[in-house]
Amino acid sequence: MSTPFYVSPQQAMADRAEYARKGIARGRSLVVLQYADGIVFVGENPSRALHKFSEIYDRIGFAAAGKYNEYENLRIGGVRYADLRGYTYDRDDVTARGLANVYAQTLGTIFSSAAEKPYEVELVVAEVGDTPDGDQIYRLPHDGSIVDEHGSVAVGGNAEQISTYLDTQHRDGMSLAEALKLAVQSLSREPNGGEREIPAERLEVAVLDRTRPQKRKFKRIVGRQLGRLLEAGGAETATEAEDADDDE
Amino acid sequence: MDFLSEHQPEMLPGKRQLPPIQGVIEAPHGTTIVAVTFAGGVVLAGDRRATMGNVIAQRDIEKVFPADEYSAVGIAGTAGLAVEMVKLFQLELEHFEKVEGATLSLEGKANRLSTMIRSNLGMAMQGLAVVPLFAGFDVDRDRGRIFSYDVTGGRSEEHGYAATGSGSIFARSAMKKLYAKDLTEDQATTLVVQALYDAADDDSATGGPDVARRIYPIVTVITETGFRRLTDDESSEIARVILERRLVQPDGPRAALL
Repeated sequence: MSTPFYVSPQQAMADRAEYARKGIARGRSLVVLQYADGIVFVGENPSRALHKFSEIYDRIGFAAAGKYNEYENLRIGGVRYADLRGYTYDRDDVTARGLANVYAQTLGTIFSSAAEKPYEVELVVAEVGDTPDGDQIYRLPHDGSIVDEHGSVAVGGNAEQISTYLDTQHRDGMSLAEALKLAVQSLSREPNGGEREIPAERLEVAVLDRTRPQKRKFKRIVGRQLGRLLEAGGAETATEAEDADDDE
Repeated sequence: MDFLSEHQPEMLPGKRQLPPIQGVIEAPHGTTIVAVTFAGGVVLAGDRRATMGNVIAQRDIEKVFPADEYSAVGIAGTAGLAVEMVKLFQLELEHFEKVEGATLSLEGKANRLSTMIRSNLGMAMQGLAVVPLFAGFDVDRDRGRIFSYDVTGGRSEEHGYAATGSGSIFARSAMKKLYAKDLTEDQATTLVVQALYDAADDDSATGGPDVARRIYPIVTVITETGFRRLTDDESSEIARVILERRLVQPDGPRAALL
């Protein structure tokens, strides 16, 4: 009888983490930013049918990078959790914190269970408050930890570089057009320092808009509205640049 | 709902065990709901009274609810069960929309409601019936549609106007005489309040506009822009104009004899 090779638990975990990270890095990155009236989700997505962002509940949105079938599974689980909560108690009793905890438990269990392969996903759960102070953004890496984020967050392949860029550029109280422009800028930066153009039809954009009169604050921005916003963002920066020129 | 029945079956209205009962249970009942289609959509309205036997259980109950962005349900029958049914129905539509990324067709929604009413048949046999009226704007066909039900879940589409609840006979007769194919939205909202007034006139379980307490019928309009509930000011204005006319002509507008 042959003895199996001994692998130390540290090594096993490191291998699993490495595996998950590589899987996530293959996918395109996405960013989630706070703006004056809510939270905006921006990502590059060539597919019209497979969404990276979706609505979980009234004020809660979901974003995921990595393997589609795995995060879709988690997304549906989240919708079920939220709907069941809201039906059993009250709509106000569904919170992003609760949902993030459930996700962390699920991801953590899968990550450390030897029988399953770790999920190659990284999630963002965001909840829009009545004021910008009430906004909550949680990032959930593949291993089931929770990171409480403020202002901006990036997940996916090129996440570290993008989030460093966002941290320097993002400020509170940006308009939607400004935030969208910043997000697109950050996404179009190549790892080697170059820049590429992302056409509007390859962008997936959604917002949690606190000014929406309906209970459900989640809304996808598509087509002409997206085009208008992208143009507005460009125009605003152009005027700002002009103003800056005048100052000089 | 399938998930709920596997996961927490006790949460479903039809699955709960009833203690053995003798006779009829006294519980608040909702009364009259009316709906009318017009050129750009559909109007769904309800009075505000809930009765328990000969007692008025509640003066200002709300019996018309949005089901989702393009449809609404008005409930008649046992108020508690009906409100719960609507809650579950709303949840199901929203859940489907979020999971599938697309909304159900209006027919699909109507069929779903039909199944839910059917599952309540056991209760209905004990006197706790729920008979809603479902109205919505069909985005594919670009018009408002109304569906009515019976206690067994039988579903039928109504063309033009429909009513349910204890005062429905009177409301329907009123609408029959006043309805026209080419109503505007304003005319349609006036028509439903007229019909509710006539129902309240002849049915003791239906409440008329309560001027003293400022309780007016709930009137909702569904068009291609979605669901909208008339504000209290708007519905009180409709009721005021009708009341003023009725001071002169207590039986309401007269239709031509021939």
